[in-house]
Amino acid sequence: MKIFDGQFPRELEDEAIYIMREVAAQFERPAILFSGGKDSITLVRLAQKAFYPGKIPFPLLHVDTGHNFPETIAFRDRLAEELGLELIVRYVQDAIDQKKVQEESGKYASRNALQTVTLLDAIEELKFDACLGGARRDEEKARAKERIFSVRDDFGQWDSKKQRPELFDMLNGRINVGENVRVFPISNWTEIDVWNYIREEGLEIPSIYYAHERDIFERDGMIWPDSPFINKSDNEAVSKKVVRFRTVGDMTCTAAVESEAKHIDRVIEEILSATISERGARIDDKRSEAAMEKRKNNGYF
Amino acid sequence: MAISKNKEVLRIATAGSVDDGKSTLIGRLLYETNSITTDKLLAIEESSRRKGLGYTDLSLLTDGLVAEREQGITIDVAHIYFSTPRRKFIIADTPGHVEYTRNMVTGASNADVSIVLVDARNGLAEQTHRHLYISHLLKVPRVIVCVNKMDLVDYSEARFNEVVEDFKALLDNETFENLTIDFIPVSSLHGENIANHNKQMSWHKGDHLLNILESIEVHPDSNNKPARFPVQLVIRPKSEDFHDYRGYAGKVASGVFSKGDTVRALPSGLTARIESIDQFEDSLEYAEATQSVTIRLDRDIDVSRGDMLVKDEALIGSKELVSNICWMDNTPLVNGKTYKLQHGINESRVKVSGINYRVETSNLIKDETATELNLNDVGQVTLRSSKPVLVDSYNKNRANGAFILIDEFTNNTVGVGFAG
Repeated sequence: MKIFDGQFPRELEDEAIYIMREVAAQFERPAILFSGGKDSITLVRLAQKAFYPGKIPFPLLHVDTGHNFPETIAFRDRLAEELGLELIVRYVQDAIDQKKVQEESGKYASRNALQTVTLLDAIEELKFDACLGGARRDEEKARAKERIFSVRDDFGQWDSKKQRPELFDMLNGRINVGENVRVFPISNWTEIDVWNYIREEGLEIPSIYYAHERDIFERDGMIWPDSPFINKSDNEAVSKKVVRFRTVGDMTCTAAVESEAKHIDRVIEEILSATISERGARIDDKRSEAAMEKRKNNGYF
Repeated sequence: MAISKNKEVLRIATAGSVDDGKSTLIGRLLYETNSITTDKLLAIEESSRRKGLGYTDLSLLTDGLVAEREQGITIDVAHIYFSTPRRKFIIADTPGHVEYTRNMVTGASNADVSIVLVDARNGLAEQTHRHLYISHLLKVPRVIVCVNKMDLVDYSEARFNEVVEDFKALLDNETFENLTIDFIPVSSLHGENIANHNKQMSWHKGDHLLNILESIEVHPDSNNKPARFPVQLVIRPKSEDFHDYRGYAGKVASGVFSKGDTVRALPSGLTARIESIDQFEDSLEYAEATQSVTIRLDRDIDVSRGDMLVKDEALIGSKELVSNICWMDNTPLVNGKTYKLQHGINESRVKVSGINYRVETSNLIKDETATELNLNDVGQVTLRSSKPVLVDSYNKNRANGAFILIDEFTNNTVGVGFAG
């Protein structure tokens, strides 16, 4: 398939910039939830554009599970430094040490669900009233139902039945003390929109998105990255393969795809012809039909 | 980086009674445009099997909430995306049940086109009236009626014509003056006239649905509307490189602003010329509706968030608003109560000074004795505002004619209004 310029609908950028400016105007202490993945990198670019030539008026908040890809962490630190942004990191390990949460055990142990507690603690500690996130409605069917300004109660909970109507482009961010709003400026973007944007804007992204040789093992028909954080059984042998990642979560819940795509045009070609969805490689979503909705009800983002 | 031509976005709202086959139609559009990935298809096949269904229930693609899947109905708007090489499409899949009318309005508020589904066997339903009324109330520019399940009436041209005639009789009402509608006979289940023409209905000479969706003009004549630029933020970096920079950031609501244009800032009424239109590191010659830009003026005048830059002098703002309101809250709108009004990004306080009538949306009868508007009601209300609201008539300028009402105690969005 051929790659064309102008495939990114600029109307979506205008919409996202408008949302970012509303966040700056309507809230006192907003933050960007930043994981170092392609969606949050896109958010940072949009924030740059929204306030240029002024500075981005939001700090970055990363909830570090301790199981991230080292390449992503290095990228995160570099980007924050280059743009002169405040980077706040909170660690899931601290919540484990404080016995607030309990590490999962077994073959599929992941810290994904534990992130919520650390996120909610950080929101409370730092008094954030709005958190901008890179979630998109095309990712998952529960997310397809969420508003751009998603009001959460003082436990961070999403109540799908109590969502405020959101009409035209009028965003209502008024909240009561203790509540906060999760804001999704790229709600209406799809995976391919993000990739086209990254390509047309010439944005840098962590190297794990491009094909590279990596230690892997296979489980349930998926390619898992090898790491010290994963509980492997004796018959799960590690080998080397040229792979890349479509989404960047934890090393314990993000599967790789075999790929030769070493630059962005090839990545886009691959995605255009892919028959598996982006989150098809997210092991955390496969736990049940309502996995995402349940996590969101508990304050996940 | 300047991109001269880029992909367009068409926003669609779907509506139809329960079981008219809305989800199947959406599923079919996704399927025909290769927008459903294998893993998602396998997942809904598996769920359908577990539910004991003998077919793949495509509604499982869009009913994303546990409560919806439990009850088998759509409660809230889902946003669904697909693309063709030419366009990106955003579907707001809205609920069909009358008790969720507010979510239907939510879904339709951004739509360029509304698709109304009708079951060929049953013809018009009460909900069809309601959907048409809402499309009309919101001035959705295009309405397409898909007469679905044609396979169940033997692809009968006569039956299709009957449904169309019934519709036309309905449209005879003066309320629907100027509303033009396309009619397409389809079978979503078999994919006929959705993205392909089919031989069974060779009598239908019009385009199939996807063709129409691809060729509808997006935002027609929005550039001919009056120029409106609501100021979201004043950008003053005071940095070494941009010490004297003062830019007004916002999204053009309607019309066109060009470099050199004289603009008037409302409510102050002061004028200035546009010195530059900035978009990140670029400078533009002009900006049109939906573009987010930063405007710099040739002199310092008093402009802050909530003000509006305009080009003509006609807009003066109004302290009394006679508007259609769709009520969206369990606590009714009552005479004498105050609310916060948000028009675009601007806020004021309003008091309800009169409820003129309530419209029965299924038969368009006006009840002039109404004393309150309840959840999902539509009616005409007079509001008195603490300061002038810089609103256009919704009929003349959709982009600057609507507002929302917010309850001062719960902070909830409780109603939407369309200025008369």
